[in-house]
Amino acid sequence: MAATRLERNERLIRLSLLLIAFSAVSILLVITVFIFAEGTPIMFKYGLKKFLFSLDWFPLEKSYGLLPMIIGSLYVTGGALVIGVPFGLACAVVLTEFSSKRLRRLLKPIIELLAGIPSVVFGFIGVVILIPFIRDNLGGPGFSVLAASIILGIMILPTIISISIDSLEAVPRSYREGSIALGATRWQTTRMVMLPAAKSGIIASIILGMGRAIGETMAVIMIAGNAATIPRSPLDPVRTLTSNIALELGYAAGEHRQALFATGVILFLIIMILNTIANLTSMKRKP
Amino acid sequence: MTEAAVRAKNFRHFFGEVPTLKDITLEIRQNEIFGIIGPSGSGKSSFLRALNRLNDLVPNSRTEGTLEVHGQDVYGPETSVVELRRRLGMVFATPVPLPRSVFENVAFGARMAGVKGRERLTELVADSLRKTALWEEVMDRLDSSALKLSGGQQQRLCLARILALKPEFILLDEPTSGLDPISTMKIEETLRQLKPEFTIILVTNNTKQAARVADRTAFFLNGELVEVDRTEKIFSAPSDPRTNDYISGKFG
Amino acid sequence: MNISINPRTEQSVVRVLLWIFTAITVFILFFIIFYVLKRGLPVVSLEFLTRNPAEMGKAGGIFSTIVGTVALTLLAILIATPLGVGSAIFLTEYTRENWVTRVIRFGSECLAGIPSIIFGLFGFILFVTKLGFGWSLLSGGLTLAFMILPLIIRTSEEAIRSVPYAYREVSFSLGSTKWQTVTRVVLPSALPGIATGVILSVGRSIGETAAVIFTAGSSLHLPTSLFSSSRTMSVHFYILAREGISMDNAYGTAAVLIIAILSINVLAYSLMNRFMRRYC
Repeated sequence: MAATRLERNERLIRLSLLLIAFSAVSILLVITVFIFAEGTPIMFKYGLKKFLFSLDWFPLEKSYGLLPMIIGSLYVTGGALVIGVPFGLACAVVLTEFSSKRLRRLLKPIIELLAGIPSVVFGFIGVVILIPFIRDNLGGPGFSVLAASIILGIMILPTIISISIDSLEAVPRSYREGSIALGATRWQTTRMVMLPAAKSGIIASIILGMGRAIGETMAVIMIAGNAATIPRSPLDPVRTLTSNIALELGYAAGEHRQALFATGVILFLIIMILNTIANLTSMKRKP
Repeated sequence: MTEAAVRAKNFRHFFGEVPTLKDITLEIRQNEIFGIIGPSGSGKSSFLRALNRLNDLVPNSRTEGTLEVHGQDVYGPETSVVELRRRLGMVFATPVPLPRSVFENVAFGARMAGVKGRERLTELVADSLRKTALWEEVMDRLDSSALKLSGGQQQRLCLARILALKPEFILLDEPTSGLDPISTMKIEETLRQLKPEFTIILVTNNTKQAARVADRTAFFLNGELVEVDRTEKIFSAPSDPRTNDYISGKFG
Repeated sequence: MNISINPRTEQSVVRVLLWIFTAITVFILFFIIFYVLKRGLPVVSLEFLTRNPAEMGKAGGIFSTIVGTVALTLLAILIATPLGVGSAIFLTEYTRENWVTRVIRFGSECLAGIPSIIFGLFGFILFVTKLGFGWSLLSGGLTLAFMILPLIIRTSEEAIRSVPYAYREVSFSLGSTKWQTVTRVVLPSALPGIATGVILSVGRSIGETAAVIFTAGSSLHLPTSLFSSSRTMSVHFYILAREGISMDNAYGTAAVLIIAILSINVLAYSLMNRFMRRYC
């Protein structure tokens, strides 16, 4: 009977869709397997401790110390958050609590559009405007931790703003109205009621921003200076784990190339650790 | 002696461990309008949805006992659910026109069943719309969105939609609960006109509607069949005191 | 001694501070766009858009990079869309919430968090090297497809979920199989939402550099097959800027990039709004 044939096809369709649905998972597994397969052997051959804690990255002399880059990534990401979070949150708060709905409806999509600007453009602006400014007014070569932090901070602003606005908008109106009815000013309401209520969403936006900052490559290469040493001041140049890979992958061969994959492994692990910490702290706060 | 169109024998239905229908035994006759009344949660809708196996969409749905439609076991392994649902068309409480034109709505089920050809479909659509007394009102806007029709028109559209599949049964689950009195009247009138061709099972929260329209009526309470009889008898001299209490409004 | 600040004063001060921060933020974001457009638009002409680069990009236009960008993006979309929409259909229509769906979603979220340079590494080692595709549109397209997959899954899932359950119920009650319901009722209604996700992915692919440069290469020649190496606009811009080959052309390329991405995102938003209006 025709109908039962259709019904038998259903099982085939379901199976195919199941396999397709696992594509994302399989791809993730394949990527992880390949990166680790290419990168871990040299880590152990060279010595894990030396790999992570040596200061000397001279691949042509077979010296693969990643510490300057690990610290570089952490500095630059931290700097980006220091700049991006206050400005981003301020913007989100102003647009949801202290301005008209019309302004928010106008600005929010525009800010989200800005998230689409390629990172190379941000890097370029950094090179053309920010670097000379820092060099002339603050000293140093201009290509610095400071420059990278500022540009990365700007890059993660749309993410933080957009998601924080969504989180604040999702807080029930009754919270705000109740607080105002009790005589609180709008700022007191924001500080003591709205922001805590939107906390998990805001933290999520910061985590996302952090993820974007630590994974950023092109912009950082253009403005951070790429010196493989630990920066002693924000005006010193710096190299991140991501730049390390991108700068040398084009011409690396043999062990050198494997060392770059190992850099990828470390980057992978650091991102996973940071994400887990961030998720755990945000989860612990939930009542 | 008319053959039973629907026969239920000790039929039970559960969602997981929770029973929705307990030991239902009844017969519904060919070409009658069979009314089912009872308070919310009494199992009326569950019974209707057990007939066209719409309950199967909910996980943990389970049945016991026998339920037959024109002699065929509804839950038998041989039964094609797809075909069953075409034979038992259902109209829901809230009219749900699909976001398409009037024509496409009515033709929807027929297309899925494999009916092809613009001419055939047009004929089918016109015929179905005439049967539900909607043709006059929409014949010049068959290609406009069905969402623009009024509530009463939308419900008649839903009725036409199932008629296009040439079903044997029409199942209606509180079809006029959201409609104004005039639309309600139109639908009730349509059901009377359709009676000779179909067997109609009408679940309703409105006892007066059952009194107006149904040939026989069943009273469900808490998943049980309390009483089933000719409508005049149910409403004038019911055998069970619970039936009397419900009809006279002592509870609802 | 306990000094308590008058809440009204506190609010006024905070308000001023917040508005200053906001103004700076908004100004910076707008400034970047205007600056690039101001320096770049004068360079953009019909000739710029239709001529191939010459002298390593110092002269000529960006035509081959436009072709490269379009080809690469198209390939990525063609691969990722069936996979993403299919996954979304499975997650919403063919299974309940259980450990399977959680694993799939977890995999998708993790994939979304991987930096583009890691995709570049992966694409390089698997497609370019091990599978022998070399620097090519194929390697780049596959890599990009994997990058945009999570976005398509997420937006498709949202779009499919927002189709009212009643539509599905009606479809089933009219005697349809699950697949018929999916293809005749759910997907058509979810289409604007799905399209929005695809368009956003296009915008994302166009701006991607790190993953592309190590998989599709940087050849300035017009790509002739799937296995040709090709340069995208982002990569071209990066090379021009970093090697200092031509600042003018760099600005011009950046301007074209920005306008393309912004228009695409605007298109996505207007589609999404039309979608919302239909159901809300």
